[in-house]
Amino acid sequence: MIWNEHHECMGRDQLAELQGERLRQMVERIYFNVPFYRGKLQEMGIEPGDIRSIEDLQRLPFTTKQDLRDNYPFGLFAVPQADVVRFHASSGTTGKSTVVGYTHNDILMWSEVVARSLSMAGVTKHDIIQVAYGYGLFTGGLGLHYGAEKVGASVIPISGGNTMKQLQLLEDFGSTVIACTPSYAAFLGESIRDAKLDPSKIKLRAGIFGAEPWTEEMRTQIQNLLGLKAYDIYGLSEVIGPGVSMECSVQHGMHIFEDHFIPEIINPESGEVLPYGELGELVFTAVTKEALPLLRYRTRDLTRLHAERCECGRTMVRMEKCVGRSDDMLIIRGVNVFPSQVESVLLEMSETKPHYLLVVDRQNNLDTLEIQVEVEEQFFSDEVKELEGLRKRISNNLTSLLGLHAGVRLVEPGTIERSQGKAQRVVDKRKLS
Amino acid sequence: MIIKQLSVFLENRAGRLTELTGILADNGINISAFSIADTTDFGILRVITGKPELAEQVLREQGFAVKITDVIGIIMHNKPGALHHALQILTDNGISIEYMYAFASGDGHATAVIRTDTPQKAIEVLQLHKMELLQAGDVYQL
Repeated sequence: MIWNEHHECMGRDQLAELQGERLRQMVERIYFNVPFYRGKLQEMGIEPGDIRSIEDLQRLPFTTKQDLRDNYPFGLFAVPQADVVRFHASSGTTGKSTVVGYTHNDILMWSEVVARSLSMAGVTKHDIIQVAYGYGLFTGGLGLHYGAEKVGASVIPISGGNTMKQLQLLEDFGSTVIACTPSYAAFLGESIRDAKLDPSKIKLRAGIFGAEPWTEEMRTQIQNLLGLKAYDIYGLSEVIGPGVSMECSVQHGMHIFEDHFIPEIINPESGEVLPYGELGELVFTAVTKEALPLLRYRTRDLTRLHAERCECGRTMVRMEKCVGRSDDMLIIRGVNVFPSQVESVLLEMSETKPHYLLVVDRQNNLDTLEIQVEVEEQFFSDEVKELEGLRKRISNNLTSLLGLHAGVRLVEPGTIERSQGKAQRVVDKRKLS
Repeated sequence: MIIKQLSVFLENRAGRLTELTGILADNGINISAFSIADTTDFGILRVITGKPELAEQVLREQGFAVKITDVIGIIMHNKPGALHHALQILTDNGISIEYMYAFASGDGHATAVIRTDTPQKAIEVLQLHKMELLQAGDVYQL
């Protein structure tokens, strides 16, 4: 089922023309409304009139997460606050979030791309969709919610967690579609099995899973546990949120809604644009965004793009599952975690030194994060209650900054490997690719 | 009267204690008494040795987190009620015990090693009640 055949199946030449026109308008908007971009463009000697087609995209500067931090909270917004109808935010490395804003039109556009995404999974007004992504500053819950209402489905805005309630509504309401992180889907599936619920009462037929990396093995496992077809959805708040791209029923990569989000693959070292099929860093230009139109935003996600026409009839390019990151960000239970966040907590506490190791694992399908911290001799107490107190203080501080429970394990001094140059700060035991 | 006890942080991993006892053995350091406080992730070894300064130094050189903790040792007759009598004195004087461990020697005596926040006060009240206390010189020779 194709929600917007006109755009999703548009000829590539016609699409390039539309993108070029939208890019021209976007550059004009940001040149006159965002001092940050005006400064950058002037530095490069580019004026709005110089950008005439999609070919000119490569001449424009990149935007990074650091640029968003430097201009926290609203510095990159292209509209006055009066025109902003919504904020979302993601956790940042230094305690400051990355803030994104939406105008009324942005919300409509977001609803449109999520409606297209849900249609790929066959969702219609005859479906009952349980949205078990978190509602709040995280884009997952509300993003799916608006798109699901747009297709006319009956939405259960249950948000994340509260597993017993999730199971009860699955059974009582007969939800046909569920949207959540893949790890939570697997956890729900196991809970259904463990609670010995009657499988015939579970009516799920499709799952919209994203916000964290997952594997084909997990897909098989979730499909078996929940008796549904599992679809992969991709997005990031800096571009819009979920609905930047989505798998169609062919499941041969995720179609990027290129009429709104122009993708490029670049060499993360040189910034050089790479041809279709080559592995590199994914970059987006959200040409139709009003509140926060970012130019060539570097996602740090590594993947490939494929432009061959899909069996489903859509012409929009497909991106492969991301194979990793070009920075050290981890995605744990849908939450972005940077090792530098852990470091900042340890540096702030007078009792610890920044010798640490993040150990990420997946137990019972839920990601776990353990942080090993060396016991410094000057802070070593020979009383258990003191050391346990220290352990809990570190854990509480980390949990509150990361927004994710972090277990802390005290280890002997000198046991965390020091390496020359870039220290090995992370051991990721999850098997994800 | 104050006894220098070594406290060593130990991760719970196989063979770690053996490495430590090996280092003490190689340096001719005798262990008079010890106990281990353990949690799920780590343990704290408390040990009374001969040559405590040397022991501290060699263990630190081998990368252990180690510190010297002041404790006191009460020498009692190895018979019913002796420990109770000693503890009653401490309780009556409002001295709380962080931790303790005890060992018996072959000569009809037993020694309780006690860690308290107020060791000097403990020594005073115990002496007032004619309790025999372990002398540093004795214990390091053991």
